[in-house]
Amino acid sequence: MASSPLLDLIGLRKTLGGKVVLDGISLPITEGSLVALVGASGSGKTTLLKAINRLVVPDAGHILIAGADTADMPVAALRRRIGYVIQGIGLFPHMTVAQNIAIVPRLNGASAADMDDRVAELLALVALPVEMASRYPRALSGGQAQRVGVARALAARPAIMLMDEPFGALDPVTRADLGAAYRSLHDDLGLTTIMVTHDMAEALLIADRIVVLHEGRILADAAPADLIAGHEDARVAELIDVPRRQAEALARLAAPR
Amino acid sequence: MSPSLQEAIAELPPLIAAHLLLSGSAVAIGVLAGLPLAILAVHDRRVRVPLLAVAGLVQTIPALALLALFYPLLLATGRLTGLAIPALGFLPALIALSLYALLPVVRNGLAAIEGLDPAVTEAADGIGMTRRQRLLLVELPLGAPVILAGIRTATVWTIGAATLATTVGQSSLGNLIFSGLQTEDWVRVLVGCAASAVLALAADGLLALIETGVARRSRWRMWLGLGGLAAAMALTVLPLATAGEAGKGTVVIGAKNFSEQYILASVLETRLRAAGFHTQRRDDLGSAVAYRALAAGDIDVYVDYSGTLWANVLARRDIPPAAMMRRALTEQLHRRDGVLLLGSLGFENAYALAMRRTEAARLGIRSLDDLAASAPHLRLASDIEFLTRPEWRSVADAYHIRFGATRSYNPTFMYRAIVDGSADVLSAFSSDGRIAALDLVTLADPRGALPSYEAVLLLSPRRAHDRAFIAALQPLIGAIPIDRMRQANLLVDRDKDKRTPAEAARWLFQKERGS
Repeated sequence: MASSPLLDLIGLRKTLGGKVVLDGISLPITEGSLVALVGASGSGKTTLLKAINRLVVPDAGHILIAGADTADMPVAALRRRIGYVIQGIGLFPHMTVAQNIAIVPRLNGASAADMDDRVAELLALVALPVEMASRYPRALSGGQAQRVGVARALAARPAIMLMDEPFGALDPVTRADLGAAYRSLHDDLGLTTIMVTHDMAEALLIADRIVVLHEGRILADAAPADLIAGHEDARVAELIDVPRRQAEALARLAAPR
Repeated sequence: MSPSLQEAIAELPPLIAAHLLLSGSAVAIGVLAGLPLAILAVHDRRVRVPLLAVAGLVQTIPALALLALFYPLLLATGRLTGLAIPALGFLPALIALSLYALLPVVRNGLAAIEGLDPAVTEAADGIGMTRRQRLLLVELPLGAPVILAGIRTATVWTIGAATLATTVGQSSLGNLIFSGLQTEDWVRVLVGCAASAVLALAADGLLALIETGVARRSRWRMWLGLGGLAAAMALTVLPLATAGEAGKGTVVIGAKNFSEQYILASVLETRLRAAGFHTQRRDDLGSAVAYRALAAGDIDVYVDYSGTLWANVLARRDIPPAAMMRRALTEQLHRRDGVLLLGSLGFENAYALAMRRTEAARLGIRSLDDLAASAPHLRLASDIEFLTRPEWRSVADAYHIRFGATRSYNPTFMYRAIVDGSADVLSAFSSDGRIAALDLVTLADPRGALPSYEAVLLLSPRRAHDRAFIAALQPLIGAIPIDRMRQANLLVDRDKDKRTPAEAARWLFQKERGS
């Protein structure tokens, strides 16, 4: 048996407004992996993600981090150990970029002076010029803002990153850039990432494991290459088919006649 | 500058101080209570629903009525708890205005927090802020402009509504407005309104400075605004601190809301000052409030009318002759409330129905009996209380009078209504100088349905045993004949060469000494 998972989701159930959103999901996640949660809206992927940092409390089941049950941890401390990046980015508009990035270490008691070097380091990590530190979020482009969002999530050196459609609101070019940039960050820092996306192409290109959810259940759980090779469930096959057909069409266009 | 303007301006500084202190305290309480409640209500429906309902309900009660409601409430609370709760003056005004200030603070507080970008609050939770940190680091700083806008609204409302505090015996700029309205001294009304408007605009401007200071992160704006507000509040407390020393020996003179009462209060004031008392005025008390305020010791002395006390305080329906009524009142008010009825000033101010002389002659109406026949075709202009008073019921029952239409005015406008022909019959006051001046006739009461209304001097239980106090006022008993009171009233009520109540009181004094 392989080494025990860093993050272990066990038998999670959640009903919201009479609808079953998580129908007994179990998912062990090994350290260093980048897992994409894919599925249509309402499939339960965001609820599953939010259960990990307890923004959603499951009705049943357990979540273990390195063997310890998250339900037993102080909630604020738990969240500060986990990086969190969302589609809406949610930078604090009344704080500078530097203050935004430094917020989690500050909550943990670091002084503002201690944070200057760390902020510069994090800005460099997400490929932003250090002059941005004194700007306010409204002066940033969408791509820049989400780079700051990622830097903020990384500031307290979390081992686990949760990302909810992190690049969903960005234009396609920026989106592809950021996706690739994040993948290398993930590898360099040795992170474990769970990323929610509805974009199968993005998942295939970035993730090393894809979990397809449907009505609160796992339909498929496989490496990208295995999924592309084919899947017995028609719904999963269809999800894969769209980017594959697009890729094939593009390849035909590019090929010399 | 006209004497009326001079007098009004001379009265301004203490009124502005009282007005600011009252509205400032009310807004402060509104904010200190409203903001935490709003914050609780954001997450808790059990707080939110009743809070918004109550705050909204309070707003639907006219400010005047809300203020008046706290008088009996506080009186009853004082009686139930046995505590010396002042039912008149600062406290009821403060409570009512604080409640009034609550709604805009609560509403904007809720809107400020609920209107935040959900991504920002989700991020705050997601990165591990506690609820307290989220509130202090994110929700309050980001919601500040909207919260401040609510405080601005509350402030402007409160400064305006504080003028009504006068009606529960709390000095405010309303003193100028109400007394000016009653005596048709429009200069006073304007000075009061203008001063209140200037205060509201100034406070709004300072708060706007703070608001933009917060929004643009400009510290000097915030400090300038806060400094201005703090300075204004400091100035209001200053005269209070110095006045505090004289407070113990101060006697409070009450007055209801019409010219004769202002003049008589002025007379009492002059007498008591000459005898070495520090005096304070509580003008514009409602008829029902005035007696209870006296019995409770909130005011020390005022002039009331025997028939009013008979019907309203003792709830008596019979109508005995004047002297018998006065004796019975003296005895019963003392036994019941410890109030001393010192005696009659020497004139009556009775309710009387009056008509234009020409019209009365044309219709052949001389008495209430004659009136009964024509009443269905006539319109009555009454003061605000008359139609609900037992005196009117007594007249209506005795003569079977039913008017075609009735309309209530404040006393000043009631006379206007009969002059300009929008009414035919008037519920007049017999000591009113305008009856003769406007060529009106009062209708005879052959069945004796209207009781006697001798002007009597009433002293609070505490002053009932104060010899110096009684000695200062004793010379007024029997000293003011009806024709003098009429003339003094006319000096204040007439349109041309109008005098202030204080001037009319001096005039009354001069005449007295001359005779």
